[in-house]
Amino acid sequence: MAKVFIYPATSLVLSDMVERWGHEALGAATSIRERIQTPSLDSPPLQMTPEDPKKGLKYAAVEVPCGVRGRMSIYGPLIEEADAAIIINDADLSFGCMGCARTNELVMYMVRQQEGLPVLDIKYPYSEEEGTAFVTQIKEFLTGLGGENNE
Amino acid sequence: MSRDQYVPTYVGTVTKYVFIDSPDVTPQTLAIRAYEISDGLMIKETCFGLQVTGAPENVKKLITELRKVDPAHIFVKDRGFPPGDTRRCRANLGGARPGYYGHEFESGLFRYVSHGLEELEKNTTPEFPRFGKKKLDEGKLPLEKLVEIIRNEEA
Repeated sequence: MAKVFIYPATSLVLSDMVERWGHEALGAATSIRERIQTPSLDSPPLQMTPEDPKKGLKYAAVEVPCGVRGRMSIYGPLIEEADAAIIINDADLSFGCMGCARTNELVMYMVRQQEGLPVLDIKYPYSEEEGTAFVTQIKEFLTGLGGENNE
Repeated sequence: MSRDQYVPTYVGTVTKYVFIDSPDVTPQTLAIRAYEISDGLMIKETCFGLQVTGAPENVKKLITELRKVDPAHIFVKDRGFPPGDTRRCRANLGGARPGYYGHEFESGLFRYVSHGLEELEKNTTPEFPRFGKKKLDEGKLPLEKLVEIIRNEEA
């Protein structure tokens, strides 16, 4: 079973595809759950602690807005942990404020900078033919990573 | 900023969304099936399907069983927050919570993905178009067009 980083990190379809074929999807929920279930001094109602932007310094310089660093403290460790990555390139749903936009750029850059990390680049399907291509390519990629098959 | 101690709930559990987009199975039918085999898991029926919370191995077993109901039309995703968490629950915030906009977008594409899964099941897809990497200037205004606009403005 391989750990597969998915982008957009909140993607429902990618998360399903990865788990459907026996691998573990590394998305935002994984990191958020870790924070939600850890007792700490927090600042409710936020799920991020004031420590997170400091942790994000590993991935983005201090001049970078703390919103980006905070987000990178969630995504950075996932990318380091990943054995492979699947990127949907035309994912407008991950569009947001400049914090989100810059984080997305940094995430894509980090994924591509990881040496030896297999990456699958795809687009969302907008027809039945594209749907077939979408699913087949993901399955081929995941099968190439080895591991069990749930189906 | 308050510095209250945060005491988490449902420690050690996982929460999964189960989305159903099927012509044959409704969320209610799926919920009844889930209750039948739940084995002590917390199940919340929603308009799109279910949320399941419990020990990871029990949730995995339940999901495997639920997928059998309609494999090509059931989609599962992790959720960080447990159901009813005041930081995300609509009952406390009002309006749709932020993540639903992403789900709504992807729900519109389920039919294409489901079609792909069915084709894959039939194993009738020896050839299919492959997507390449997105080009840097894809979808952008072509240079020639920009020059033409500038010239028209100048004229």
